[in-house]
Amino acid sequence: METYYNPEDLSKFSSVGENAKGLWKKFSIWYESVFKEGALSEKEKALIALAVSAVVQCPYCIDAFTGKCLEKGSNAEQMAEALHVAAAIKGGACLAHGIVMKNAAEKIGI
Amino acid sequence: MGKGNPSSATLRLKSFEQSLKDSGLFPLTSIGIKTFQINVGALCNQQCRHCHVGAGPERGELMTKDTMKVCLDVLKKYHFPFVDITGGAPEMNPNYRWFVERCLGETGSLVKTRTNLTILLKEGFTDLPLFLAENRVEVTASLPYYLSGVTDRMRGEGVQSASLKALKILNKLGYGEGGSGLILNLVFNPAGAYLPPGQRAIENDFKRELKKKSGIVFNSLFTITNMPVGRFLEFLRRSGNLKPYMERLAASYNPEAAKSVMCRDTLSVGWDGSLYDCDFNQMLSYKCNHGAPSRIEDFDFGKLRARLVVTGTHCYGCTAGEGSSCTGAVTV
Repeated sequence: METYYNPEDLSKFSSVGENAKGLWKKFSIWYESVFKEGALSEKEKALIALAVSAVVQCPYCIDAFTGKCLEKGSNAEQMAEALHVAAAIKGGACLAHGIVMKNAAEKIGI
Repeated sequence: MGKGNPSSATLRLKSFEQSLKDSGLFPLTSIGIKTFQINVGALCNQQCRHCHVGAGPERGELMTKDTMKVCLDVLKKYHFPFVDITGGAPEMNPNYRWFVERCLGETGSLVKTRTNLTILLKEGFTDLPLFLAENRVEVTASLPYYLSGVTDRMRGEGVQSASLKALKILNKLGYGEGGSGLILNLVFNPAGAYLPPGQRAIENDFKRELKKKSGIVFNSLFTITNMPVGRFLEFLRRSGNLKPYMERLAASYNPEAAKSVMCRDTLSVGWDGSLYDCDFNQMLSYKCNHGAPSRIEDFDFGKLRARLVVTGTHCYGCTAGEGSSCTGAVTV
């Protein structure tokens, strides 16, 4: 293994289910349902997935959902804005934890 | 085999013919001729990066008036519902106007022309919009996207602004306006190695954005999948996208789309009078075969209306997802 991440491995995703077939089947059915048109459009769901993919830093997901967003009609500007939403939440969450820091400092301070 | 078509064996894909067999559609057979599509030449003022024709200013192939006359003889005899004139930039054929007028006056067919829009602003062509409007020719115009960055990357610097200018001229003449009867359709192509979005969804985006930003209206948007042919095939090979793109197309094979592929009711005539099942086969040099004539001079309606279609790996482009044809998705 020369690298942990290989683009060709994306197509082998389903092999992860080989040793837990029942669970994999349930996951696959649920996963497929999640991305179908519902209260949200498939285009909106793909943009959410792209943003989350960046946050969880999964290169397979970023690759897959970049293509999915384009195939659902999103453009580069919309995809970039989705990433900024993700980045804002991640950055905001970091700063929001400053409250924990402040509380901790307050507790041990005189 | 034609030039350049990637083989399913090389790509380790199920053959297109096997996919047809698995869905009970083999052999693919035509069911008449509804659209008589005529490619009058590869000459074009643009050199789009995704062009399956490989059209451009240096291309010298042009249909002669004599070949057009043979096409007219066939059209006068069989009265196909639609004549679809394409290229290159078909307007650059010196006999284009003559041919359009004869098609309208002598064949009884509804005449459609394809345009890249920018040609309508070039010297010697600026009176064409009025010519088309007066003759009530249906216009199908290429506009890959409503944002300039995408269009210019695919079709050349400044193409988006010139295209919007031409669309405004067409709108002013009544094209795309409800009730005018002058039909203006746009063609969307993905800006890379991926499938087009749902036709209805992206049509709504185009209508909203073009109206809001430029006041432009049109009738319908046709989504066309980029075919692994011509310059787009070169791009796929050069960029290492050929295998994943072909796998994507094959994995998205839709039997419903395969039932409605355009080659089943279209006949494509090349600039030199050769006959093909579609414009893509034309660019791969796959002439009509299996006992059907391959020259317009040998036109035989009996043999051509129920001919076996010549297929190949590239055909996955027309059967993926919602399907694709010269008039857009085939399953919506």
